Amino acid sequence: MSSVVSGVLQEYGNDAGRLMDILLDIQAENGYISDEDITGIATGLDMSTADVEQTVSFYHFFARKPMAKYNVYLNNSAIAVLMGREKIAEAFERESGCKFGEVSEDGLISLEDCADIGMADQEPAALINGLVFPNLTGFLVKELVRDMRKGVSVDELRAHGLGDGMNNSQHLKATVNNNIRKKGAVIFSEYQAGSALDKVKSDRMSPEQLIELVKQSGLRGRGGAGFPTAMKWDFCRKAQGEKKYIFCNADEGEPGTFKDRVILTERPRLIFDGMALAGYAVGAHKGILYVRYEYMYMKHYLESVLTEMRNEGALGKKVNGIDGFDFEIRIQYGAGAYVCGEESALIESAEGKRGEPRDRPPFPVEKGYRGMPTVINNVETLCSVAKLVTNGVEWFKSLGTGQSTGTKLLSISGDVKYPGVYEVEWGFSINDILEMSGGDPATVQAVQVGGPSGSCVGPNEFERTISYEDLSTGGSMMVIGEQHDLLQDVVLNFTEFFIDESCGSCSTCRALAVMYKKTLEKVLSGGGRRKDIDAMLSWSPIGKASRCGLGQTAMNPICTSIKNFRYLYEGHIKNANEQYEGGFDIAKAVADSCEVVGRRPNL
Amino acid sequence: MSEFVSFKIDGKQCMGRAGEYITEAAERNNIYIPTLCDYKGTAPKASCRVCTVKVNGRVMTSCTTPLQEGMEIENETAEIQDIRSGIIELLFAEGNHLCPSCEKSGSCELQALGYRFRMMVPRFPYLFPVREIDASHPKLIKDHNRCILCKRCVRVMKDEKGRSFFAFYKRGAKLEITIAPELADKITDEVAQQAMDVCPTGALLKKRKGWDVPVGKRLFDMKPIGSEFEQVK
Repeated sequence: MSSVVSGVLQEYGNDAGRLMDILLDIQAENGYISDEDITGIATGLDMSTADVEQTVSFYHFFARKPMAKYNVYLNNSAIAVLMGREKIAEAFERESGCKFGEVSEDGLISLEDCADIGMADQEPAALINGLVFPNLTGFLVKELVRDMRKGVSVDELRAHGLGDGMNNSQHLKATVNNNIRKKGAVIFSEYQAGSALDKVKSDRMSPEQLIELVKQSGLRGRGGAGFPTAMKWDFCRKAQGEKKYIFCNADEGEPGTFKDRVILTERPRLIFDGMALAGYAVGAHKGILYVRYEYMYMKHYLESVLTEMRNEGALGKKVNGIDGFDFEIRIQYGAGAYVCGEESALIESAEGKRGEPRDRPPFPVEKGYRGMPTVINNVETLCSVAKLVTNGVEWFKSLGTGQSTGTKLLSISGDVKYPGVYEVEWGFSINDILEMSGGDPATVQAVQVGGPSGSCVGPNEFERTISYEDLSTGGSMMVIGEQHDLLQDVVLNFTEFFIDESCGSCSTCRALAVMYKKTLEKVLSGGGRRKDIDAMLSWSPIGKASRCGLGQTAMNPICTSIKNFRYLYEGHIKNANEQYEGGFDIAKAVADSCEVVGRRPNL
Repeated sequence: MSEFVSFKIDGKQCMGRAGEYITEAAERNNIYIPTLCDYKGTAPKASCRVCTVKVNGRVMTSCTTPLQEGMEIENETAEIQDIRSGIIELLFAEGNHLCPSCEKSGSCELQALGYRFRMMVPRFPYLFPVREIDASHPKLIKDHNRCILCKRCVRVMKDEKGRSFFAFYKRGAKLEITIAPELADKITDEVAQQAMDVCPTGALLKKRKGWDVPVGKRLFDMKPIGSEFEQVK
């Protein structure tokens, strides 16, 4: 066993439950995870190598081969494509002399695709050795590759301009911009660190009173599903377990969402105080912030905030001087898997396993992390709690609509003048949002509300409002202008995204998404029939039998766009009345045999 | 012992033990709910989704849902049966299932369900994936063409330390089963036979043995899948 592996294993007490951290640390040290490392880990953790491999191979960013000196992961999400990703990809290939999926001959540069990296407001963007390089242009790529050839370090490569706000700070030094376009009353208004816990202390609020307060506020989960926060906490408080855990879900992976990125860097104390409040309410002493790998650039910064909190007494024994309340927070990083945003998959991942969602019941509030009662809340939800405790229930309820209290952060991207984060009160319509963000209603073809798993909405529905009562969303709003091919550039891209990100556990998700893709491609190639369009709609209940939201919504890009843009599909149908199968291309089918015998197909 | 509760399957009044899985409770009442990935004695995983039912109007998998008093379960409604046959068709179209040349034909649960649901032509396009057969293992042949990724072998087959002989590798459409190479000498003839028996299809085959039961006299040739419950009335 190499000294790196044995050292890392020792650090985590040979705990198989920390396999993610073990792998992340080994990769950070060695650049990749070798066969020898796998054997060493398996021996140290009393697992088979296949057990270790099943976790490693699940995540996009674990490398099993030596990497190049500079590893470029270029985002291939739909928004990146809309913003000119293909030109950037060509520029990288031209400048580096290697293709995507390859390492340059001199071992200097590798090029890989990756799914959405949470930068939809500044695409095209790439991760290079874990750091973000947004707003790429052909010229910038040329400069970057030239500097790589000179051996300039990745840290220095980003010298082309640090971002605004905390991105500029010494612990962060990120080239990312916040693009906060609208500050609302809850998340982006001023917050005095620790004040929510001060309030709990000064009011001598009991855990039950705190839960009641959250209940009165009407706060619902901001991740998209909208489950009442107080109810979740109450279930967990009442569940039996020797330990309880609070998770903050910062694995925002829904393409087009990036609001948590901005909260994480600009309002980390709001998040951590919210976690502590949740811990106080349910009786947990341990909180875990699960952050997506794409935000690795924040690691030192977030840890510095936690250290500061420990020094101030805002974490550790008797948090904020509240008797009997001990609370610690650790950061758990993922390694590139969209499905880990699903709460039970997130727990599996945090336990060092493949991010495969669990069957419910039991729910995490009964049996979650390491079998113990666990609350998992979205970043924005926890921030809202901290704010409503500080400012009061009446204040919170005065914001939003009757059933949707407070504010919502929207991540607006695509064909608008001002992409970025907007904190709005619930109840705005899509038209309002377009106006606010500088989208031109005359040239907007569609708005994808809630990311690929949401709905593709056309202009006839732009009067609908963002609320739990109407269009519920985690906040991703992608605006697609009329100049783009909606089916090819967006719908197909989203469908491929679901295929890549399916954990594969449910047959209905793993295979059905592929069938959708095949059939959509058949339609786009002109070989489709009307019955293919109807068939795709009819398959939807099969996908809905999947375990988690990914499988249940993987057909949404196609099914909602058929519903709202059926004419685009029908436009590809050549002979509207023909019933026979049209997907068979005889020239293609006989191409191989023709080549062998040296003939051209005679059709 | 846990208390008895009453519940309904397709309107039929049934009794079962609170907390047992719906699949088990259904069997107790001589009602067959088709399953594929479920394996007696091992914690359920619900990866195939074939046992999908509606419980009080919600789509659930019966192999993982504990029974509760008063549940109204829809089992053989047109809607549920269409989802199930859709899943069976999906599995056939996803891999390369060429029954006539398969050692498991007649004992294959996927094939048996294909017959049960009277599958003729799948509604989905065949993918015809190119998949390698791995015969490098001393005792086993792994034929990924036939694997439906039910995870039975992963869940059931462990060594005395709890280490997995089989595991998932990669994810999504690239998902496959791998066999831990360093545990090869622990896969004895008996273990290999068990692996082959655990596999619902012909994806895991014991080497140097085959066709010891003639086609026509195999498990489901004699009695169709599910008939052990349905004939008891």
